[in-house]
Amino acid sequence: MVKKILSIAFCVLVLLFIYSPILLLVVYSFTDATVIGQWTGFSFKLYADLFRDSEIMEILFNTIWLALVAAALSTILGTAGAIGIFYSKKKFAAPVKGVSQIPVINAEIVTAISLALLFSMVALYRTYFSLIVGHMVLCTPFVVLSVLPKLKQMDPNVYEAALDLGASPSKALFKVVIPQIFSGILAGFMLSITLSLDDYIITAFTKPRTFDTISTYVYNAVKNGTNSSTPALRALSALIFVVMIAAVLVFNLRARKSKEERK
Amino acid sequence: MTKLHFSRKQLCIPYALFLVLFVVLPMLLILFYAFTGEGENGNLVFTFGNFIDFFTSAAKLGTLLMSVTIAIISTAICLLIAYPLAYILARSHWKRKYVLLMLFIMPMWINFVLRITALRELLDLVGLLGTENYLNTIIGMVYDFLPFMILPLYTTLEKLDNSYMEAAADLGGNKLTVFTKITFPLSMPGVISGITMVFMPSMTNYVVSDTLSNFNITIFGKLIDEYFTTFDNWHMGSMISIILLLIIFITMICTGGFKDSKTDARGTNLW
Repeated sequence: MVKKILSIAFCVLVLLFIYSPILLLVVYSFTDATVIGQWTGFSFKLYADLFRDSEIMEILFNTIWLALVAAALSTILGTAGAIGIFYSKKKFAAPVKGVSQIPVINAEIVTAISLALLFSMVALYRTYFSLIVGHMVLCTPFVVLSVLPKLKQMDPNVYEAALDLGASPSKALFKVVIPQIFSGILAGFMLSITLSLDDYIITAFTKPRTFDTISTYVYNAVKNGTNSSTPALRALSALIFVVMIAAVLVFNLRARKSKEERK
Repeated sequence: MTKLHFSRKQLCIPYALFLVLFVVLPMLLILFYAFTGEGENGNLVFTFGNFIDFFTSAAKLGTLLMSVTIAIISTAICLLIAYPLAYILARSHWKRKYVLLMLFIMPMWINFVLRITALRELLDLVGLLGTENYLNTIIGMVYDFLPFMILPLYTTLEKLDNSYMEAAADLGGNKLTVFTKITFPLSMPGVISGITMVFMPSMTNYVVSDTLSNFNITIFGKLIDEYFTTFDNWHMGSMISIILLLIIFITMICTGGFKDSKTDARGTNLW
């Protein structure tokens, strides 16, 4: 009994540690005080300010389209790569798989400067091209890692059966293989979006100078001391916290439920 | 038949090219920059100067030492919090323990710059911001990377076969012996992948240290950033990156973590 109470107390303590900063920001997003800690009454003013702030809205939009484009391209490249690796001879597949692990293991700052060196040589440094490639380097290896296990689980005879029944190889690929590994592809896509949305360092080293994502904007605001003069950022953070928590819970619990139902 | 196999294999070619162009080539460029410098007439010359400079500079070595210390402390605290937590969650019979796990690893999905800025506000409120730079940085590293320690530990502990522990207890082992001789050794893969997930980012994620120390603490990753953006010395910046790569390599060998452990920890199978 004592053990149980201690366990629960410990869990609660850790949850408090994790959620207290988030809760603080959410609570203080509903007042218009510039400084956290001063409660000047309940108000939606910060949210109104937020949606009227065209700069922040543009940054929010930038962050989202970058994540979608990078995730879509990474998913296509990574899925094709995983299928290729899976069906290639080991002699060819092993080095591709090995190199694919480099961005996963490497420190993000090293990946970032290595890309900066490359793109500055070919005059593509700080362009949309370098930015999207940077995010693809970050995301694609994880797509490959999400898709490969699904290929291994697949029954190899299904593809052959499709061919025997007269499907062309590409039709067999799209109608038989892709549906079988779709959960892995989707997982890779979602993970890519998360990685892209979360990234600061690679973005900072590859983005065009006038382009900002939420990460780079907020970091620079703290650096220049302007974050406290834009309390609307509090509302933005609060909104993102709540939306993400809700999305993750709904998506995961639903995936969990359907998995259990299939059993 | 051979032709069909060929077409599927070909799907690998774009990715292989992508990796050569945007992973292998850039890494070679770092190596090239690290061992070159500007000669007298502005030409690039081969040199060990950057290497020697690094290991004779007290400031740089000091940064390395301080950064490793911060990373070791942060990793240790993460492990001390995450292990009991993962153990409680994994061994409990709560019906909805999956929901609980979700709550603990939720921060993985939320932009870390925003989370760290939120933590900054909290530290400001309790009066730590601006006074306890090292403490704040360590709190920040733990705050940011704790989920990446919890998840691999939970995954390993959850999979443990209870019969080992029961057998050990039946054979007369007390609870402590069962834990130290059976449970803990069996959970080592989780411990190791957790450590690799936390240690290296704690040395390099300078957004955390900058935000929480008011730009007063320079961790190792920040040093690389400074040589690129502030000092505009890409050769030295590349040399420091090479040294960081060596440290990553050494930790990998020490922990034997070259397998897929790290990717499990990032939660590829979570979405």
